[in-house]
Amino acid sequence: MTQTNRLSGGQIDRNTTLNFRFDNHSYTAHPGDTLASALLANDVRLIGRSFKYHRPRGLLTAGSEEPNGIVELRTGSRKEPNTRATTAEIFDGLEAHSQNRWPNLKFDALAVNDLFSNFLSAGFYYKTFMWPAAFWEKLYEPIIRRAAGLGSLSMEADPDEYDKGFRHCDLLIIGAGPAGLMAALTAGRAGADVILADEDFTPGGRLNSETYALGDHSAPAWAAQAVAELTSMPNVRLMTRTTVIGAFDHGIYGAVERTGDHLPTLPAGKPRQILWRIYSQKALLCAGATERPIAFENNDRPGIMMASALRTYANRFAVIAAPRVAVFTNNDDGHRTAVDLHAKGIKVAAVIDVRDDAPSSYDYEVLKGAQVVDTKGRHGLTFVEVAMPGGETRTLECGALGVSGGWNPNVHLTCHQRGRPIWNEALAAFVPGADLPVGLTVAGAANGVMSTYGALQSGAEGAAKALDLTSALPDLPDAEDAPVTQTPFWYVQGCKRAWLDQQNDVTVKDVKLSYQEGFRSVEHLKRYTTLGMATDQGKTSNIGGLAIMAEVAGKSIPETGTTIFRPPYTPVPIATFAGRMKGQEFHPTRLTPSHHWAKERGAVFVEVGNWLRAQWFPLPDETHWRQSVDREVRQTRASVGVCDCTTLGKIDVQGTDAAAFLNRIYANGFAKLAVGKTRYGLMLREDGIVMDDGTAARLADDHFVVTTTTANAVSVYRHMEFTRQCLFPDMDVQLISTTDVWAQYAVAGPNSRKLLQKIVDPEFDISNEAFPFMACGNITVCQGLRARLFRISFSGELAYEIAVPSRYGDALMRRLMDMGEEFDVVPYGTEALGVMRIEKGHAAGNELNGTTTALNLGMAKMVSKKKDGIGSTLSERAALNEPDALALVGIKPLEPEKKVTAGGHLMNIDGPVDTAHDQGYVTSAVYSPILNSSIGLGLMKNGHARMGERMRLVSPLTDLTIEVEIVSAHFVDPKGERLRA
Amino acid sequence: MIIDHPMLGPRDASEFTYLGDASLIDRPDWQADDAAEAFYEYGYLRDNPAGEHQELWYHEAGDRSWLVVTRNTLTHEISKVELARDVARARGRSK
Amino acid sequence: MHDLVAITALGGTEPRMDTVAGVTCSEVPDVALASVAARMGQENNVIKALEALIETPVPDVGQSAGAVICAFWAGPDQWMIEAPQDSHEGIATQVKSAVGNAASVTEQTDGWTRFDLSGPNLTAVLELLSSLDLRKATTGSVTRSSIHHIGCFVLFRTPELFSIYGPRSSAGSLHHAILTAMRSAL
Repeated sequence: MTQTNRLSGGQIDRNTTLNFRFDNHSYTAHPGDTLASALLANDVRLIGRSFKYHRPRGLLTAGSEEPNGIVELRTGSRKEPNTRATTAEIFDGLEAHSQNRWPNLKFDALAVNDLFSNFLSAGFYYKTFMWPAAFWEKLYEPIIRRAAGLGSLSMEADPDEYDKGFRHCDLLIIGAGPAGLMAALTAGRAGADVILADEDFTPGGRLNSETYALGDHSAPAWAAQAVAELTSMPNVRLMTRTTVIGAFDHGIYGAVERTGDHLPTLPAGKPRQILWRIYSQKALLCAGATERPIAFENNDRPGIMMASALRTYANRFAVIAAPRVAVFTNNDDGHRTAVDLHAKGIKVAAVIDVRDDAPSSYDYEVLKGAQVVDTKGRHGLTFVEVAMPGGETRTLECGALGVSGGWNPNVHLTCHQRGRPIWNEALAAFVPGADLPVGLTVAGAANGVMSTYGALQSGAEGAAKALDLTSALPDLPDAEDAPVTQTPFWYVQGCKRAWLDQQNDVTVKDVKLSYQEGFRSVEHLKRYTTLGMATDQGKTSNIGGLAIMAEVAGKSIPETGTTIFRPPYTPVPIATFAGRMKGQEFHPTRLTPSHHWAKERGAVFVEVGNWLRAQWFPLPDETHWRQSVDREVRQTRASVGVCDCTTLGKIDVQGTDAAAFLNRIYANGFAKLAVGKTRYGLMLREDGIVMDDGTAARLADDHFVVTTTTANAVSVYRHMEFTRQCLFPDMDVQLISTTDVWAQYAVAGPNSRKLLQKIVDPEFDISNEAFPFMACGNITVCQGLRARLFRISFSGELAYEIAVPSRYGDALMRRLMDMGEEFDVVPYGTEALGVMRIEKGHAAGNELNGTTTALNLGMAKMVSKKKDGIGSTLSERAALNEPDALALVGIKPLEPEKKVTAGGHLMNIDGPVDTAHDQGYVTSAVYSPILNSSIGLGLMKNGHARMGERMRLVSPLTDLTIEVEIVSAHFVDPKGERLRA
Repeated sequence: MIIDHPMLGPRDASEFTYLGDASLIDRPDWQADDAAEAFYEYGYLRDNPAGEHQELWYHEAGDRSWLVVTRNTLTHEISKVELARDVARARGRSK
Repeated sequence: MHDLVAITALGGTEPRMDTVAGVTCSEVPDVALASVAARMGQENNVIKALEALIETPVPDVGQSAGAVICAFWAGPDQWMIEAPQDSHEGIATQVKSAVGNAASVTEQTDGWTRFDLSGPNLTAVLELLSSLDLRKATTGSVTRSSIHHIGCFVLFRTPELFSIYGPRSSAGSLHHAILTAMRSAL
């Protein structure tokens, strides 16, 4: 059985035959086919099962508005559920599966739901599964999820790539039908930068589906000629397979280009889809119109489709759904389908037109004033029953029925910024309103201009107006220009089940019931019945629901209102929004200058912001991270260790007001800092809470180097620019980041000076006398390389930080390791760094947590009252200065083997354990290999006055209760003798 | 959104970081008698207009200028973009 | 002369070079950079001094100028000075002596990694990387923008050659982004 339903003609390439599979059966197709047209060609009408009742469903449309023909495409990790067969371009080897059926499409066990449809009406779930509440998660939801729903996920990572891109244009034209093509020709010939985006793989819109002529050409030939001209223009970019999904602020549009969906395999490096952000000066919406159905009894059988779709399949794809067809319409366009099909030799059983004054035909019977009242055929249409005006019933044999209830302009994008469409009585349809997105205008059928000539004209005029063109409009070809009026006919009266929304199984009755039950707003109706939800977003059904709602409410449709259209216009895979930003590339990674060396040493890395930092350096015989970290700490404190601290933010501050500027930025004073000296600086937010800390080194009167914590480098720089530009605009101060310029290493431990003396050039004296604690200066190392040296310490040891140009950072680290061999030098990572700073009682990120003041951290005296430092005024607020304010303390377990846990709370030894009696909490905790005990830092009420007190440390989350002693935060070298050694 | 930078022309809003109300430029005098009250109002009290709003944006991924952007909070229409430094000076700020 | 061996931002001893469909992405380590920011009220003096240094008028907003020593606009009253590293390792000192106290000068050489893209159809690559309006990218124009969340300078030297400066520590991520865009677009 190969393509039994194929006709002659059409825009398919018969010279090439493609093979594809649907539900494990093999079929053939031709290039130019969609999966939908190829299935119809092979006489496959049953495509899926409906969402709720599992009713057999076929194709309703031939476009992106399709509610029924949704399938799973491809297999394995590339499986994509819920894809419209009507837009899936066929390729050789395509594998597709039907959805929502078990065990198979023809026999679906859950079709039994259909028999219980009386119980499954609107709001069924809400009413039925309300109690007991506990049953919802464990029982009801899993069952409903299995029964209802659409396709299934592969549960594997998508192996394909997706891109994002940016394009700019003078005029974005959305849709390449007659209006869009004519607009693009007009704008392109005038020299404007034009992007013409169309969701189809063959531009032309309806022109590809029609048989009438434009001038001397057939409609598709005229479209092809226009496309050829546009393609030849360097200033026009024609983007096919591209759906404009949303209209955003200031002329920005989102568009998805399906660059690879139609390819059997993606070429290496090529994306499946690209998410474009299009910046347009002006945009012209030429999105056309969507045909709307009429609801009647059993109107959802496979074979019943939109009349225009039947015509598209026949004219464009050379496919007919059945050898004998009928048409049910309320307007003249339905007759066009009958004319075209008849011309192709298809037997037209009848045109059933609800109008008494419907046009007649010599070629087929027209049943005027008649209505379809029922249909037959389990897996596909076989008969329709027609109620004649006189009251008698006629039964017509046909395998396909084209339905036309008129056309709705595709106004979606006009509503993306809360614009409301307005009701047009003549068309009985919504057309774009006045409050469009700025820069957007609408042309053609999307604007309610329903004739082909009208569309061409409105496209040309729309482009000319958008671009303020003064030249004459291009000549337009003669084209069909019949006046269009539409008299509404939404549904056939007296039906038990007439489907409005086939994707969500919503009937006319459901809408009426929902109104009866009090859901009077359209938005409520939508959520209660699910009308207009899911992948098609009600493109064929919303208007019918609204009309019925209006009818039962006794109001007009515009009085009843519309729901809001939101982006995206059609479904977009999440992968497309992610683009390349996934896995390791989710955010940029920053590497330190010693990274490659550390990797060679087998370092374990940790992410700190975007940075990767060495966390510890395991030796081959070490099996637990604690062994490595304890060793690094012991060896550093015993001799010397080196740590890459390049990640700390470095900001160059220069200018005659540099010192005055730092006086503003920091709570403590910097004006009197001598050249060649470094000072610790505490930065407050304006509300008095600590923002960051670091050091500032004075290299010259008018030159400082400020360091920030790694995490706050960006926000501190931003804050400094704010202070400079917005608060003190006349200060002579200039800022620039130098974080990446210098590779900076901490060299710490009693032998640090000895190690440095081996590489610092001899003309620089770094003895304790010549280069004391907190000294800084420009030096050279290794015989002439410029470097900076700072005598500062985070570990509490005699320590330095040395900086060289980053390109030499790798070499310097290797040199320090070589030269340090005699001292048993050890590289240490962020864990050892953390252990040592906690042993020393230095506050860090855990303590600077956005809630702490200088007072809390024991640095209240640093907040100068003699100058205008940011945050100093509000730091004096009474509530921040209560006598029992939190204070930084050290915490030691009474039994050393017990573990202090960060996040644990401190309670009085004999008081109640509850939040009302909370005394504070642990901010940082580590095992100290120096004290051979777990230790912690914490913030405790009135802590500095409670040294030696015993407390209970509790952490209900980890079931922890231990006794601890409150001690000084400075566990190691409290007097600071080592620093100054 | 697009911000029409006074020196660089239209740039995507993704290049900018938002801070808040441009009243943050008007930092009180720390030596005034009512400094505590003034800083409290400066730090915590904002108007929330439905309409034109002057706000601070930082061209973080661009030239590092702070800008005062006049934006309609109802329509997102941006009617004016100025260098914050110029605005600050015009409001009498100096050193 | 010291004996420390430099590595490139991508971690090699030799610069990396990749070619896709006639477009080449080259890592350019031989570049010295210094930033110059005019001191308050000294803007005109700086412009005069820089003009003498680069031997051509100082570039306007969003522009670059110069031959061996090139200046490009980086912000209000602020420029980056660019020169070959081999001959101008001391660029910051050289610039400072040229501008004196009229400007603040900061060495920026190793703060940045530079990738040069050369060949036809470069806009197809760049439109996947950056939101810049490439229609406005003319010879000599410079823009600072973000590429995959990395703040970069993009210099349009000719229609078939442009340079991207990104932070040195992000070189790997930036290179990955450029290369995947080349493979995607070309």
